[in-house]
Amino acid sequence: MVKVDLDKVREIVEKVKKETLEEGDILINALHMIQDYYNNFVPPEAAEEVAKLLNIPASRVYEVLSFYSMFSIKPRGKYVIRVCKSLPCHVTGGREVMEALKEKLGVEIGETTEDGLFTLETTSCLGLCGVAPAIMINDQFFGNLTPEKVGEIIDNFRGDKNAKE
Amino acid sequence: MPKSNVVLVSVDSNSILKGARYFKNLFRQLVDEYNLSSFVDVLETGSFGVYRDGVIVAIYPEEVYYEVKNPDDVKKIVEEHLLKGRRAKELELDSALFTDKISVEAKKVSEETRVVLRNAGVIDPTNIDEYIARDGYMALAKVLNEMKPVEVVEIVKESGLRGRGGAGFPTGLKWEFTMKTEADQKYVICNADEGEPGTFKDRLIMEGDPHALIEAMTIAGYAVGATKGYIYIRGEYYGSVQNIQKAIEDAYEYGLLGENILGSGFTFHLAVRLGAGAYICGEETALMESIEGKAGRPRLKPPYPPVSGLYSKPTVINNVETFVNVPQIILKGADWFKSIGTENSPGTKVFSLCGNIVNRGIVEAPMGTTIRDLVYKYGGGIANGKELKMIQTGGTAGTFVGPDKLDTPLDFDSMKNYGVSLGSGVILVIDEDNCAVDVLKKAMEFFEHESCGKCTPCREGTKMLVRMLDEISKGRGKEEYIDAMKNIASTMLDSSFCGLGQSIPIPLNSMLDNFKEEFLAHINAKESPCGICKFEKPKKKLVRR
Repeated sequence: MVKVDLDKVREIVEKVKKETLEEGDILINALHMIQDYYNNFVPPEAAEEVAKLLNIPASRVYEVLSFYSMFSIKPRGKYVIRVCKSLPCHVTGGREVMEALKEKLGVEIGETTEDGLFTLETTSCLGLCGVAPAIMINDQFFGNLTPEKVGEIIDNFRGDKNAKE
Repeated sequence: MPKSNVVLVSVDSNSILKGARYFKNLFRQLVDEYNLSSFVDVLETGSFGVYRDGVIVAIYPEEVYYEVKNPDDVKKIVEEHLLKGRRAKELELDSALFTDKISVEAKKVSEETRVVLRNAGVIDPTNIDEYIARDGYMALAKVLNEMKPVEVVEIVKESGLRGRGGAGFPTGLKWEFTMKTEADQKYVICNADEGEPGTFKDRLIMEGDPHALIEAMTIAGYAVGATKGYIYIRGEYYGSVQNIQKAIEDAYEYGLLGENILGSGFTFHLAVRLGAGAYICGEETALMESIEGKAGRPRLKPPYPPVSGLYSKPTVINNVETFVNVPQIILKGADWFKSIGTENSPGTKVFSLCGNIVNRGIVEAPMGTTIRDLVYKYGGGIANGKELKMIQTGGTAGTFVGPDKLDTPLDFDSMKNYGVSLGSGVILVIDEDNCAVDVLKKAMEFFEHESCGKCTPCREGTKMLVRMLDEISKGRGKEEYIDAMKNIASTMLDSSFCGLGQSIPIPLNSMLDNFKEEFLAHINAKESPCGICKFEKPKKKLVRR
């Protein structure tokens, strides 16, 4: 289980508060930052703390977390792979890229690899149609992909992990 | 005085990813170093209509084309061609690839009609001084010093500018309604939740010219009496967010945002808010819910945002592209703007060319440009020598049309006159290797996923459509499905809560009407006729004991 540092949560909320124009406009930006901090998910304890700090019911925070597809309240892999499944990618080889990723990682959409490195997700159009088919891995973009290229990219990310350990 | 030699560097969106800007600056630097600057101009241009791994560069008057992949190539071209006057043969591209007419014409048209993209690829977007040097913030100064709010609204109204997000509502009217509503607080919102599949213009506008958006929103704030504004950007658009944040900080520092802007007494604050992966937040009231920190479900309309928008206060909400037109209209006048485009749709449109097309990228062309020009003149035709099968215009909520509609001029009236939607300006080219059933299924899966679930017709309707299409793609379809699908779509049109469900009949009916044969072929075949859909065995009926 991830240990939740409530001081960090408070710090993030304070930071977002500084650039607020109105009360209420803080929540989503704060959740983004908390999710980045906890490696791609928002722990329930952190969500409860946000609710307390913003003086809103925890159910509101939960509703927001479950409504928006970029958020997760379950732990995800260190790298979240978002594969565009919209038409401009689909017709330019996105089908094959998706199959290659599933095979390479050995997981289906929505699942995380056993080593906890990768979570495979789909997303709607990423606005990278000029270099379709495209994917995102955390905040990085990759375009003009082929089944071979995504394989290399995944290998690079795996190597990245080995280098650190 | 014109210089004898011109180096043209292609800086369209794709080339920028390949380092075009860097190569251009290197050309300039080397030209200076070799004391050639009085003979050679280094200029930027759009796409040459030919794509290679590297960036394409042309040198006039010889009209030689080179492919540049690294800094050494730049050096070689400067030293060999410009300095010694002999061609760098190994980098040269066959000039037959560049059919004169096409490239020259495209260049001329695009130079004359760049309004929204006039700075994109020309200035350094992170440098406020470069924007100011190209008449940036001049329109804001003019508005604050010389014009009353009502005059600003009048000129926008007079220009005939209409919303570029897809609906085409007259921008001036929106502003007028908001101006006339009395309230202690009003807001200006920029809808940068660009989610319509195939659309990437707003991303490139924000990344290429962020200050134009800030200037335009401040003008809007002054016109309608709003002191606060939000730019709502998709959570996935990291690059845009960074550029805009930086631009906002710089604008505050220069006194172009904040209290008492340019000594006028007018105050305007601007902040960025992020989406988090919900297409529905492109709907204006859902977007406002999202800024307020709630799930993005649309509100009942009326009341419309000019009366009751963000935090129930009067709000102007416009698309990125719409806003960016405004400073130019203020500076050059409504008549100039009306001289571009068509009578009912003045100005230009930034089209996003994508799919199986040679040059994928954005292009700004006058309203009323035909699909044929967009695909063949600007887009360079169909990729990999394939045949054109269909084009989806306007985004995933737009129409699927066959090659017979290529000569349709695209503007806000083309849906009414020709049954072809303009939408957000997407031109998605689909070649012969694709299957109509598979494409429509993908489109409907998108709507199923993005339906927010608030109203039953959309939530259940999208599910039923996907299920029927799935059955057809697996060889278990029935002919009555075609009418049933149309029936569902028309129910959704009549009874869905917002534009998402109401727009379903546009892609669905256009596909079923234009490519009905293909659907029937799937329904009546034993084996998949397309090779893409995988047929499965019929489901066994459950036997009840």
